[in-house]
Amino acid sequence: MALSIKVNGTAHSVDVDGDTPLLWVLRDVLGMTGTKFGCGMALCGACTVHVDGVATRSCITPVDSIGSSEITTIEAIGATAAGAKIQKAWLDREVVQCGYCQSGQIMSASALLASNPRPADSDIDSAMSGNICRCGTYLRIREAIKEAAESSGQGG
Amino acid sequence: MINHLASQAVGLDPSPSPNDLSRRKFLQAGAAAGGGLMLSLSLPFADGNVEAASADAFTPNAFVRIQRDGQIVLTMPYVEMGQGTYTSIPMLIAEELEVDLKQVRLEHALPNEKLYGNPLLGGVQATGNSNAVRASWQPLRQAGAIARAMLVSAGAKRWNVDPASCRAQSGEVLHVPTGRRAKYGELADAAARVPVPERVALKRPEDFKLIGTPAKRLDTPAKVNGTAVYGIDVRPPGVKIATLAQSPVFGGRVKRVDDAAAKAVKGVRQIVQLEDAVAVVADHMGAAKKGLAALVIEWDDGPYAKLNTKDVADELEKATLGSGAVAQNIGDVDAAMASAVTKVEAIYQVPFLAHATMEPMNCTVHVRKDGCEIWVGSQAVARVQAAAAKTTGLPLDEVVVHNHLIGGGFGRRLEADGAARAVQIAQHVDGPVKVVWTREEDIQHDMYRPYWLDRISAGLDAKGMPVAWNNCFAGSSVASRWAAAWFKNGLDPDSTEGAIDLVYALPNMHVEYVRIEPPGIPTAFWRSVGPSHNVFVTESFIDELAIAAKQDPVAYRLALLEKKPRAKAVLELAAEKAGWGQPLPERVGRGVSLQFVFATYMAQVAEVEVAKDGAVRVRRVVCAVDCGTVVNPDTVQAQIQSAIIFGITAALHGKITLRDGRVEQTNFDTYQMLRMNEAPAIEVHIVQNFEPPGGMGEAGTSAIPPAVTNAIFAATGKRLRKLPVDTAALKQRA
Repeated sequence: MALSIKVNGTAHSVDVDGDTPLLWVLRDVLGMTGTKFGCGMALCGACTVHVDGVATRSCITPVDSIGSSEITTIEAIGATAAGAKIQKAWLDREVVQCGYCQSGQIMSASALLASNPRPADSDIDSAMSGNICRCGTYLRIREAIKEAAESSGQGG
Repeated sequence: MINHLASQAVGLDPSPSPNDLSRRKFLQAGAAAGGGLMLSLSLPFADGNVEAASADAFTPNAFVRIQRDGQIVLTMPYVEMGQGTYTSIPMLIAEELEVDLKQVRLEHALPNEKLYGNPLLGGVQATGNSNAVRASWQPLRQAGAIARAMLVSAGAKRWNVDPASCRAQSGEVLHVPTGRRAKYGELADAAARVPVPERVALKRPEDFKLIGTPAKRLDTPAKVNGTAVYGIDVRPPGVKIATLAQSPVFGGRVKRVDDAAAKAVKGVRQIVQLEDAVAVVADHMGAAKKGLAALVIEWDDGPYAKLNTKDVADELEKATLGSGAVAQNIGDVDAAMASAVTKVEAIYQVPFLAHATMEPMNCTVHVRKDGCEIWVGSQAVARVQAAAAKTTGLPLDEVVVHNHLIGGGFGRRLEADGAARAVQIAQHVDGPVKVVWTREEDIQHDMYRPYWLDRISAGLDAKGMPVAWNNCFAGSSVASRWAAAWFKNGLDPDSTEGAIDLVYALPNMHVEYVRIEPPGIPTAFWRSVGPSHNVFVTESFIDELAIAAKQDPVAYRLALLEKKPRAKAVLELAAEKAGWGQPLPERVGRGVSLQFVFATYMAQVAEVEVAKDGAVRVRRVVCAVDCGTVVNPDTVQAQIQSAIIFGITAALHGKITLRDGRVEQTNFDTYQMLRMNEAPAIEVHIVQNFEPPGGMGEAGTSAIPPAVTNAIFAATGKRLRKLPVDTAALKQRA
């Protein structure tokens, strides 16, 4: 039976088992490969997307649990105010190394910034500690989130 | 693999003076296909195979193309895996060519070991060992200078003026007296007909405009918006997705498979049974994983079914009681030891480690009757091609490999096992198939950083200074498998780097290495390779000697560095910046380490807090580094931060263990990574000089574990000689 999901504002009909994780629908069925596979158990955060604005691990989210919720992925996060600020800060601070985890990092950070425009270090820790970066870019991620938050404070 | 090769490479430098280089036979120039100027470079090979650098045979292995549109295209064998190579290498040529970095584009080389072999890796086409910048430093700047001179000649000829009255700037040739100018692209065809100059002057370091300045990385924008294409992201038309189960015990085989339930899963297309693995081919990874879970596989575990980690450690410990190959011998250790006032002995051990790259192992393959096409992110693309040719029986030139961005290498993607496996599966599949390993397969079927064990002792004189240093260590030689030619007389330069060439003045030193390959367990290079083990041992042990001598660990080391000013300078700098000697709260300590590996001097001071329950938190790390000329300081900062976090992960959490032949760790819950909330503050202080560049991608990883365990000793009085840190041993007794 075909399921309908809405990704980045576009409705898609997909013919997969309802328990298929959203991650594979995005990557393999819809061809949106910006969202990454890291662990399959919500341990690393590489697969993070937004479901109605909430950072969600797509690797354990069954596609039939989404209903009419809006899914936002890395491909469209730049269209949100928080996402654009985070992406800019990521470039300004040269956060990225291999870059594989960064889609998930940016999705987690964007959700944080959208809900908390002035995150303290402890807020950053709790929002970002579910995202592993094997290249160890944590220090620059923290700086970049703070830079993005400051640009928010300036009314940007 | 580092020091002796590095020094040979320096020995092959075509000129005695770095600022006035003769071109000899390392470069040829001509017209590029499609117009423009093409420079073909022959980088020197460092393993004694001087074919490419010989006087008669000119075999280029790197190419610089100056196109009619002004674009400069570099074809180089190095792979971007997060270390900033795609930015640092173009900086070298842009500097001498007087062009904006944006004008230079770097292309992946197709697999061809003869053309693209890495001089510091013995001619193997690979990116590893922190040497991309080291290998390119001289030849690429020379190529840039030669191209600049040829373009200037072409401009002078066009205007019929003296070349000395012209100069190059910002991608143009300028006739200074008249202000006439011509863009490189306009001159490229004419420049191709100019004779290659016999001698060109390289810029003096004080005139560098790009080298030494922070450059924005060129690969970043695509990595923040989801458009970057890693190996795992390729989607050739009609591609199917497969995932697999390999024998849980290395060397085991498939006995029987019941695939009825798996075949019934929606989206599953095919089950492929191999001798030692089973793969599920499906429309998408969700179906493939569901199918894999539904398979019932009975395994024949084979000869290693009873193997435990302790068996491996016991064998190594026994081996160190015998004798090995002599890796270093200075003075007379036995006599010095006999006359020593104090004797210190210890056994150190480091565990097997997985690479755990964030991008799990994957490879996409399309096998046809007349050829094989592969899409993968690899650090050694020619190895992939060779493995595919061997598996399929096709000639090399019928195997096409497309290389892609790498979601973490760390040595894992120097291996072609994943490609060979994917080809085996693809041989049974009609059309292209992307084989993606689950994280569990990735961790349980890695090729591991070896387990090593050291039996080490030292003798101190009446003042507490070391007069004898004796070490016998045992473990796998990765090099002996990966590049057999490096393994000679029981030794290879990787296994011993950091163990035999210490910065300290040690008048009597004896080091032996016993190569013991663990039964069944594949081993591989892992970020910071041999030094990942050797620096932990030597820097922990020198700390033990300082304590035995009742001296401060920094002062003790400094006293042994009179003849090593660069080592002394980084140690003093790190200690000063870290506030060495200043008081700290209870159960907080500072520890230091010092190393010279990958041709880079580095000192680190770690500040560590040990909770009452034994939990360890690294609060702050101060690093001082002298890596010679810094090409991109922002990359140096980033690589050191990265390498330190990689090393702390290993020191605190890293351990692969075997029980009944099976790897016990499965995913990031049992094989843990350092996370944001555990990351320390890291300060990097760079010593400025213009020595030849040292390697940067790995040095930070080997330096940090001993700094952490030395700090734990300072905080608790407990000496840890085995990694990872055993927090149970650090619990405060009531």
